[in-house]
Amino acid sequence: MIRLLATAIAAFVAYLFLTAGSGTIILWSESELIIGCILAIIVGIASYRIFCRTGSVRMANPIRLILLPVYAIIPLFIEMARANIDVAIRVITGNVKPGIVRVNTGMKTDLGMLLLANSITLTPGTLSVEIDDATKQLYVHLINVPDELRDKKVVEARELFSFFNIPGWIRRIAE
Amino acid sequence: MIQTAAMICLGIGILFNTLGVIGILRFPDVYTRLHAETKMTTFGTIFLALGVIIYAGWMLSGTNDSQYLTLAIHTAIAVIALAFTNATGSHAIARAAHRSGQLPDPSVVDRLAEVKSRD
Repeated sequence: MIRLLATAIAAFVAYLFLTAGSGTIILWSESELIIGCILAIIVGIASYRIFCRTGSVRMANPIRLILLPVYAIIPLFIEMARANIDVAIRVITGNVKPGIVRVNTGMKTDLGMLLLANSITLTPGTLSVEIDDATKQLYVHLINVPDELRDKKVVEARELFSFFNIPGWIRRIAE
Repeated sequence: MIQTAAMICLGIGILFNTLGVIGILRFPDVYTRLHAETKMTTFGTIFLALGVIIYAGWMLSGTNDSQYLTLAIHTAIAVIALAFTNATGSHAIARAAHRSGQLPDPSVVDRLAEVKSRD
């Protein structure tokens, strides 16, 4: 039941974002709100088994929901900007030393692994290729492998980023 | 003033998208091309969308017309969808390439191929 409710509320919020500015009740018109409620219940019944697969609702905690966009806007965006300028210089000079390294993530849950793998992939110069489910390790393709990472068997996830402790942020959000 | 800021955002976005396209032509193998192609174009598109959002916000404060609010919110949702699908898609392409035997060439180290050859 709580899984269905969480899915329906998430669907309703998504509908409200899509129809903002349609009327006078704050921002929405009456008909949009009614249709939104009906559609949210239908979507909730159809997809709660996929949306809340484990039955854990720890992501409904408002602190985690606020930290997620803050994480996306400040640390992730700054890392993306830094790495983009780095890759842009490599496009012009053609100076690449590619290689695949093994990264120890330290995550315990699937959601944490998903967020970390997507953050690694969204940062240019690092690309997650394969996941080892048993040991929670990632195989990451780097466009330029520094010499100190080349000789290590297993690299810590913290060493892939330069300014922020991205794995620490993700652990705070997802675990 | 705000129009100039929107124009600067559009310029940065087009610059990064252009560099991403040049990267596809210059880099040697599928993985390095994915770096240029998917990630740099995502960053460029974020700046293009930022330009649209700044312009829509300025028009909204001037005219109070709700179509500009809709424009800004829909652009933000497009950026979120693009970020998620782009990361997932490039991971899927890279994984499929490695499984079908397309090894990184040139490469200084390949821990994944070492693990696979040991099995």
